[in-house]
Amino acid sequence: MTLAINVRGLNKSFGDKHVVQDVSLQVEEGKICGFLGPNGSGKTTTLRMLCGLLTPDSGAGTALGLDIITQANLIKRRAGYMTQKFSLYEDLTIEENLQFSARIHSLDRRKERVDQALERLGLIERRGQLAGSLSGGWKQRLALATATLHEPKLLLLDEPTAGVDPKARRTFWDEIHALSAEGLTVLVSTHYMDEAERCHEIAYISYGRLIARGTAQQVIESTHLITFNGEGPGIDRLSVEIGKLPGVDMAAPFGQSLHVSGVDRPALEAALAPYRRAPFKWTEVEPSLEDVFIRLMETSEDNFK
Amino acid sequence: MNGFSATRVLAVMIKEFKQLTRDRLTYAMMLAIPVVQLLLFGYAINSEPRHLPTALLVQEDSVFARSITAALKNSAYFDLVAQARTPAELDEMVRRGEVQFAITIPGDFTRRVARGDQAQILVDVDATDPSATGAAVAALAALPQQALANDLKGALAARGQAAPPFEVIVHRRYNPEAITAYNIVPGLLGIILSMTLVMMTALSVTREAERGTMESLLATPVEPIEVMAGKLAPYVFVGLIQTAIILLLARFLFDVPMMGGWLGLSLGVALFIVGSLALGFLMSTVARTQLQAMQMSMFYILPSILLSGFMFPFRGMPAWAQAIGEVVPVTHFLRVVRGALLKGQGIEDMWRELLALTAFVCVVTALAMARYRRTLD
Repeated sequence: MTLAINVRGLNKSFGDKHVVQDVSLQVEEGKICGFLGPNGSGKTTTLRMLCGLLTPDSGAGTALGLDIITQANLIKRRAGYMTQKFSLYEDLTIEENLQFSARIHSLDRRKERVDQALERLGLIERRGQLAGSLSGGWKQRLALATATLHEPKLLLLDEPTAGVDPKARRTFWDEIHALSAEGLTVLVSTHYMDEAERCHEIAYISYGRLIARGTAQQVIESTHLITFNGEGPGIDRLSVEIGKLPGVDMAAPFGQSLHVSGVDRPALEAALAPYRRAPFKWTEVEPSLEDVFIRLMETSEDNFK
Repeated sequence: MNGFSATRVLAVMIKEFKQLTRDRLTYAMMLAIPVVQLLLFGYAINSEPRHLPTALLVQEDSVFARSITAALKNSAYFDLVAQARTPAELDEMVRRGEVQFAITIPGDFTRRVARGDQAQILVDVDATDPSATGAAVAALAALPQQALANDLKGALAARGQAAPPFEVIVHRRYNPEAITAYNIVPGLLGIILSMTLVMMTALSVTREAERGTMESLLATPVEPIEVMAGKLAPYVFVGLIQTAIILLLARFLFDVPMMGGWLGLSLGVALFIVGSLALGFLMSTVARTQLQAMQMSMFYILPSILLSGFMFPFRGMPAWAQAIGEVVPVTHFLRVVRGALLKGQGIEDMWRELLALTAFVCVVTALAMARYRRTLD
């Protein structure tokens, strides 16, 4: 097994804020690793350290076998990075953005590569359109095409689908899987649970610390969370009331139903006992990734407060 | 209709005030710049310069010559900085711009004064900047009446009575008709290039940072010097086109004489364009927003206009202000342009200015490279 990313003990502070704390991360070559965590948890900072945009205060490691501190410039040639905010030139056309990327990476067969990318995107007819006039979903697909034009071996994506509609997100992910099938390693940060489930494995970071790691199933199991799904008219209104009960870690309404989770089975059962009456119906369910993440978020200490 | 609500006005006003105070650099500049500029320019600018460098060629050793020398020394307008030995040497000093005035007391001066035979003192003025010399030339008119007052005694007393004992012949070199445009229009080349080029590149990096494209750019293998060269190149063409247009208009609209010195001028233009663009680039690596970059370029433009000798005579400023003026690149560029166009100076006459412009390019580029961040740290 070859590791595309192998970093240990990464730390980064901005002023007195310790944004990334001792993060160690290994991603196997060819895998899609989902990088999850609440806002401000250090995902972007970690991604930036991996591609040489930020210098870690301490820690070491390699990306694509290259030292992230001393060989950042070599990593930049072999890795693609897509920023959180759309960062192509809005006043250049789609084709011009691709050409710029081709030149800045000193690629050969530029015309051919740009044409291929346009074709893959299905933007051949719109090649002359300004990038700024594209809709959110198209912008992200263009940004992905630009970030992968130089055929990187590692792709770092920072919330690539934020604010993009579900259909465009699905197209985007199909493309990521296609790239992965060709051997590309992808580290992608996201807030969407359905996207997390489409990853080969996930890494969960909170308040600068990596707190869960593995496949989606492994992460769910590792929290030992027990979840009951309650149904019945008006049950969603009880979420605040139930959420306060001892043994209940969280209660979250999902439309007409309510997810109640906890780690202590007897306490959870006891808490729910008074509600086991008509018209409510309770069934134990497998906790969703979302239940698990909210649980992880709530239990990790907030060292910024 | 909503009517006019004072509360809503207040809401906008309070928000603006708060945003203003959050942007510390802008705030500091708004308060500090007027004070600095008022003090700087208030004391530095003098539209009636005195103590102009003057060279003297005395071709006879006589009492009269010494009296005239003394009278010139006593005048606040002339500083005798050099003694020429030959007319050719004197001529060179004016052409190279080392002195503003070259005064010749001819060999037969005493004899002619004594005989009442049209005695003359020759004054060659570097009139490229008419405003620099106007007051001093006017002061020369009083010289014949006063300079020899103590010497014309006894038999010569009558010489001072009816008519002045000698004449001052003023020869305005390079700009005999004292046309201001001859001086201003070549000067404008420097000002216009500064205003447009510095600002253009000053905005270029901050714009990338503001739009977020800088992050993508930094994630590519591109080197800082490559970014700088690539960003500057298009504006070098803009600068060259501007130069061509200004020179053509100067020639055909303002009849500015063009005496030659094309090689030195071309070198000067090239250095100045690249230096100005590099300076803008340097500013953009310091400024965090486009607004700050704009303010910085404005901060640079004012001394370029006021202390460079563009608007007010350089030699009219006090020594400390001239020292500041020497640091302003436009000062040296103006000397190159005016020297080449009006005086036909060659590289051998202006190599100091070209050297100064070369230093400007090198220092600014080095600073810009040191400031340019490869990372987002």
